[in-house]
Amino acid sequence: MQIRPILAAMRRHKAGTLLIGFQIALTLAIVCNALFIIHERIARVSRPSGVNETNLFVITNSWAGNWSDHQTAVQIEADLNALRQLGSVEDATALNSFPLHGSGWDNFVRLAPEQIHMTTDSSVYLADDHTLDTLGVKLIAGRNFTPNEIQALSIQGMTSWPVVIVSKGLANVLFPKGDALGKQIYVTSNNTPSTIIGISDTLQSHMMDSDDNAYAYNAVLVPMREVATGYVHYLIRARPGQLDAAMRDAPKALIAQSRLRIFEAGDGIMTFAQVRAKAYERDYGMAMLLAIVSAVLLAITAAGIVGLTSFWVGQRRRQIGVRRALGATQGDILSYFMTENLLIAVGGIVVGTLLAIGINLWMVTHDGVAYLSGSYLLAAAIALLLLGQGAVLAPALRASRVSPIEATRTA
Amino acid sequence: MFAYYLQLGLRSLKRNPVLTALMVMAIAFGVAASMITWSVFRVVSGNPIPWKSSQLYNVQVDNRGPQYDDPPNEPPEALNYTDAVALMQAHKAPHQTLLYDIAPSVLPKNPNDLPTTAYGYATSADFFSMFDVPFQYGSPWTNADDDAHAAVAVISNDLNKKLFGGANSIGRDVTLDMHAYRIVGVASHWDPKPRYYDAYDGMQFSADAPSVFIVFNRAIDMHVGLSGRNNCGGAPMHIAGDVEWLHRECAWIPFWAELPTPADVEKYKAFLTAYSSEQQQAGRFHWGPNVRLRNVTEWLAYKKVVPPESRISLFVSIGFFVICLVNTIGLLLAKFMRRSSEIGVRRALGATRREVYAQFLMEAATVGLAGGMLGLLLTIVGMQGVGLLFEPNVAHLARIDLSLLITTLMVSVLTTVIAAFYPTWRAAQVQPAWQLKSN
Repeated sequence: MQIRPILAAMRRHKAGTLLIGFQIALTLAIVCNALFIIHERIARVSRPSGVNETNLFVITNSWAGNWSDHQTAVQIEADLNALRQLGSVEDATALNSFPLHGSGWDNFVRLAPEQIHMTTDSSVYLADDHTLDTLGVKLIAGRNFTPNEIQALSIQGMTSWPVVIVSKGLANVLFPKGDALGKQIYVTSNNTPSTIIGISDTLQSHMMDSDDNAYAYNAVLVPMREVATGYVHYLIRARPGQLDAAMRDAPKALIAQSRLRIFEAGDGIMTFAQVRAKAYERDYGMAMLLAIVSAVLLAITAAGIVGLTSFWVGQRRRQIGVRRALGATQGDILSYFMTENLLIAVGGIVVGTLLAIGINLWMVTHDGVAYLSGSYLLAAAIALLLLGQGAVLAPALRASRVSPIEATRTA
Repeated sequence: MFAYYLQLGLRSLKRNPVLTALMVMAIAFGVAASMITWSVFRVVSGNPIPWKSSQLYNVQVDNRGPQYDDPPNEPPEALNYTDAVALMQAHKAPHQTLLYDIAPSVLPKNPNDLPTTAYGYATSADFFSMFDVPFQYGSPWTNADDDAHAAVAVISNDLNKKLFGGANSIGRDVTLDMHAYRIVGVASHWDPKPRYYDAYDGMQFSADAPSVFIVFNRAIDMHVGLSGRNNCGGAPMHIAGDVEWLHRECAWIPFWAELPTPADVEKYKAFLTAYSSEQQQAGRFHWGPNVRLRNVTEWLAYKKVVPPESRISLFVSIGFFVICLVNTIGLLLAKFMRRSSEIGVRRALGATRREVYAQFLMEAATVGLAGGMLGLLLTIVGMQGVGLLFEPNVAHLARIDLSLLITTLMVSVLTTVIAAFYPTWRAAQVQPAWQLKSN
């Protein structure tokens, strides 16, 4: 390989060399971090909720007017009966919040009454005996709630939650040995224990902040109807293939029960697919923006390499002619420019890797991004090497076609 | 000379169409990406009330003790009922207010229509003067109304349009949660972003402006439910006006004080500390005073209202723009150096270095201008797509205005001229003798 003459020639156009190298370095640093963030977001978006999401939809129902707690409890019961009687509906449940919802109640969970700091944090779903069936979440141990365990209460009237079902994720955090069933935990602040009577399969929490990633699969189901908040979420499972029909029938059935209710315009009635899209819209947006920027960035860097190399080829036509006249083959000329670009790219990649790590460290401290894994650096480095070689190919081929006769021409 | 160089510059754009197109596109993409993300960032990181932000203070008092502190040593981010009412009654700041989120149902004027929900706040009279709420009709209620637990309301002009067709509705009634409130004021459109006064509830970028305000004391009497965040550090609790519940140590009432001078701030802090000590002596707090006063900018920073997505995308776009400029430096270098012989001739005919500088910087400026124009188009097109990239609450904040358009053009021309310094310097270094000799 003729590396020495290449290095010597580079010294003649330091500025151009440095500019291409610097551009490759910056591109590597940004693309590498962008790919990493895209991957993180996609991983978040594709984590399972545990819910069987097809044929499921949500109606968020607010009560218009001052209903007494008792009236509300009776109305919820009547609403659920009306919904379950619809031909297009398989099952229905009333909840205070649901997986992917973003807002809801979370509570500290403790293992002993005297414990001051929490063991972990968990979503609290105020649920009933139809909740697991409607969500399509299996019970993997213990039993479901019975209808007479469901208390209709305003939360301040509540004294204790004697029985609860916990998600598999929460059971594993609290009792890593796998003996959660029958154990007591403390989910309320008034130091009365709750006994775990059942463990559900995977069930995601309502919490969507990335700060809450550690609690994403913690859920406690409490057999209770919350009747004083002024709203309730009805989760409704349509019979297979009848989602549209059920979504038409259900609101009519509810309004037939009572007109004093409000379905919020926009997000009052949503399929679970819409719930999911809304829950992750920030992540989709971020991934899309970074993908677009990365693609355009690579294109611009490639274009820059083509531009500068073409200029160099134009500048050196005479020298190329001389080399050809002295016996260099077309392959020699081609490999000269390819090698030159390779050397610059390697230099750029070394600097770019350091930059990429620096940017990542900054984001780790400021934006809660994870540490960059080496495979991204490697992938981005290879991508940029190939990009450089691909970009330089056309001008290098043009150079190799320079005729030896050029040697005899004055510039 | 200026006009002549501009003409030369324009002509030169046509000479290497591919190189020129490459540069113009790089600058256009770079500046458009930066401007689109900037249009979002400038709102989310902006100061919503710059003329007063250093005088409005969010008040925090630790009413729950160190074991609930999250992060460590930080008191809860809002007050409970006991403390909020006590601080209101103490009246130690020139102005103070308290608030909580409400979402009452609104009965339509036409009985055939279905009821709707109105989002807003239960608050006190000073809210309107402290936060500079503009009024279309009427005025805020008075401190006397606060004390009288008056059934009065201020509504937004949007709700006024919906209920009364936009007519002056002062003195008429609005039915919230089945109870009548007399309208004393209709606010003009008012929704500062970020919504600093309610960042506690995560409402900083809420899409809809608050549409109803009622007297805090009245709302408590009427059991108007809390629709915002309630942090009890234990079992979830919910307001129903029940006396015992009101005195639980939950955090749900953001409290603000207007303190015009640093001396006022010191005095108020001393008052809060004394209040906490009193509570400790009375046996309610089992810990020493732990209080905070944060002004609007400090509070927004503490609440980290700027979404990380917005910051990351701005930085990525700026990085992208820098790369585009590096690219432009390289291409300008190529373009200028190709014309070495032309420069040689000009220099030999008596042009000074300064004139070469002027000509080539002018040429770069025309590239920047062309890039800026295309960038402007791309920005306008790209803004339509902002909704795909950011969550709707944040995306709707991004607006194209004159200052954004001017910034786009200025930034592209200025940065291109700066990028052209090195290539121009190289061009000016061309030795006339060398160029003439080789010909």
